[in-house]
Amino acid sequence: MATLALRNIRKSYLSFEVIKGINLDVADREFVVFVGPSGCGKSTLLRMIAGLEEITSGDLLIDGQRVNAIGPADRGLAMVFQSYALYPHMTVRQNMGFALRMARVPKQERERKVAEAARVLQLEPYLDRRPRELSGGQRQRVAIGRAIVRNPRVFLFDEPLSNLDAALRGQMRIELSRLHEALAATMVYVTHDQVEAMTMADKIVVLQSGRVEQVGSPLELYHRPANLFVAGFIGSPRMNLLPAQLGAEVGDGVMVELRGGERLMLPRPSGPVQPGQPVTLGIRPEALRPDPAGPLAGEVRMVERLGGLTLLHVGLANGQPLIVQIEGSDPTRAHTPIRLSIDAEACHLFDAEGQALPALHQHPLAA
Amino acid sequence: MRQTLLQRLLVTLLGWGVALLLFFPILWMALTSLKTEVGAIATPPQIAFTPVLDSYAEVLARADYLHFAFNSIAISVGGTVLALALGIPAAYVMAFHPTPRTRGTLLWMLSTKMLPPVGVLVPIYLLFRALGLLDSRTGLAVIYGLMNLPIVVWMLFTFFKEVPGEILEAGRMDGARTGAEFWHLLLPLTLPGIASTGLLSLILCWNEAFWSLNLTTAAAAPLTTFIASFSSPQGLFFAKLSAASTMAVAPILVFGWFCQRQLVRGLTFGAVK
Repeated sequence: MATLALRNIRKSYLSFEVIKGINLDVADREFVVFVGPSGCGKSTLLRMIAGLEEITSGDLLIDGQRVNAIGPADRGLAMVFQSYALYPHMTVRQNMGFALRMARVPKQERERKVAEAARVLQLEPYLDRRPRELSGGQRQRVAIGRAIVRNPRVFLFDEPLSNLDAALRGQMRIELSRLHEALAATMVYVTHDQVEAMTMADKIVVLQSGRVEQVGSPLELYHRPANLFVAGFIGSPRMNLLPAQLGAEVGDGVMVELRGGERLMLPRPSGPVQPGQPVTLGIRPEALRPDPAGPLAGEVRMVERLGGLTLLHVGLANGQPLIVQIEGSDPTRAHTPIRLSIDAEACHLFDAEGQALPALHQHPLAA
Repeated sequence: MRQTLLQRLLVTLLGWGVALLLFFPILWMALTSLKTEVGAIATPPQIAFTPVLDSYAEVLARADYLHFAFNSIAISVGGTVLALALGIPAAYVMAFHPTPRTRGTLLWMLSTKMLPPVGVLVPIYLLFRALGLLDSRTGLAVIYGLMNLPIVVWMLFTFFKEVPGEILEAGRMDGARTGAEFWHLLLPLTLPGIASTGLLSLILCWNEAFWSLNLTTAAAAPLTTFIASFSSPQGLFFAKLSAASTMAVAPILVFGWFCQRQLVRGLTFGAVK
């Protein structure tokens, strides 16, 4: 297995820069997920690692060796494509054995490895079928099988689950995580789906407009987003973001005043604080709860009942929308007034530039 | 939309009508070749007549048909192989590694087909004379290959465009270099397209008359010159001319008949997805 290192990687098309200097280390056996909105450059970055796109400047190291000038055929990486890109004229067996054939592996060993991968992926009954005779999920497995058979240095996945239906996607997520553990492989995975990122990654890289916004473990990103973009991108439903103003410090706390005049006492950020400083207050939907004595007042506009969870869409007095997530089936009805209290420890503060004001105390799981 | 019986009948009749209209000259030529010279020019034209093979016998006695036929085959195959050898790499690059100028290049290539060939006859004649290529099969094969190159590149380009680039990229990730990528992936995936391109090129080469008449005399002359040699200034012998023409087009007609499924599939490849 292998490590990857990206050193100030850039990519330009003519004069248009799409990847703007990325530094990243992927440790051996790590599962790294690139996540970001469409057009953020995550797929381009993956294709640059694969060797399918030229690297304009910077260094790409695999196991410490610079591979910028080495073609995709010789990098020893395997890739699973969004479209699966199976060879339509070959059977499943031939598809999975193609890389070994290219590497001139003797036929017997080839057969053995294909059979082994087919067993792991439960593809044995389909080995002599062609891709067009398979369902979407089976094609997906073949694409993964094709990657496994070669025992590559690094696995690259380009949105591999986005063409599957929701149920199958959930199942494949678990299967991929299991595969990662079983193969003890280094994997780089691109997705725009933050659920995939949160559930599978050891390390998430959040990208926007060709830049890294934050790198960290899923819970680190969730509990300690470095900026407004990450705060809004990670977590579903989205974090509530309210414009506010800092007030006076009181001991270990600081007063925060919302647009509507509501005052909240929050833990003081670890850095210096200026009264009157404009900030954005971030509150996760699960950090809000209905409380007749709560400081926030508004009206329930809509209720989404998911069974295990209830989502209240609330409009504050000043019109600011909020989403509140409650465990279980809550009886609250739409078009009724509501008061909310907040879990002060779980609040986030961002400065006018959108950077997080680091909290004094950190979430125990977000280390 | 469901068609009524009447609509189907009309479409069928129309189809047969167009087909007969297109085929009629060839049919008439074949019939004429079986008449006597007197019968061939009779007015009104004879519909019922006793077929005779006199014209064929006379044509075969006067000229070495097999020599011309061999030249036609050698030159057509040579020109087609040359066009494919140059066209496949060109189309590959244009389809899978396009640049902003690719479209323009393709259009420019096609625009060369709009130039009347006679416009470059003199320079090419002089070049061929200097290179000793006049009346040589090699020379004609080169001309035919280059003549068909724009069409060959265009057709191959559209066929290659149908292949998802990710399949080739997957091949590259699987360790296939350019040669293996072409041999194991692109070729099997586009074989119908490459075959119909080759077939069309063969047919165009076979039917070409302008360059063969101007650049060959005897040694390398293909069947189109064989036909021309039977239209004499002293007067036309229609039965003999028809016999020669029938013999010249028969091989390609039979060939086309056998390959028609392939040809139609290839020519409508891009249109139906």
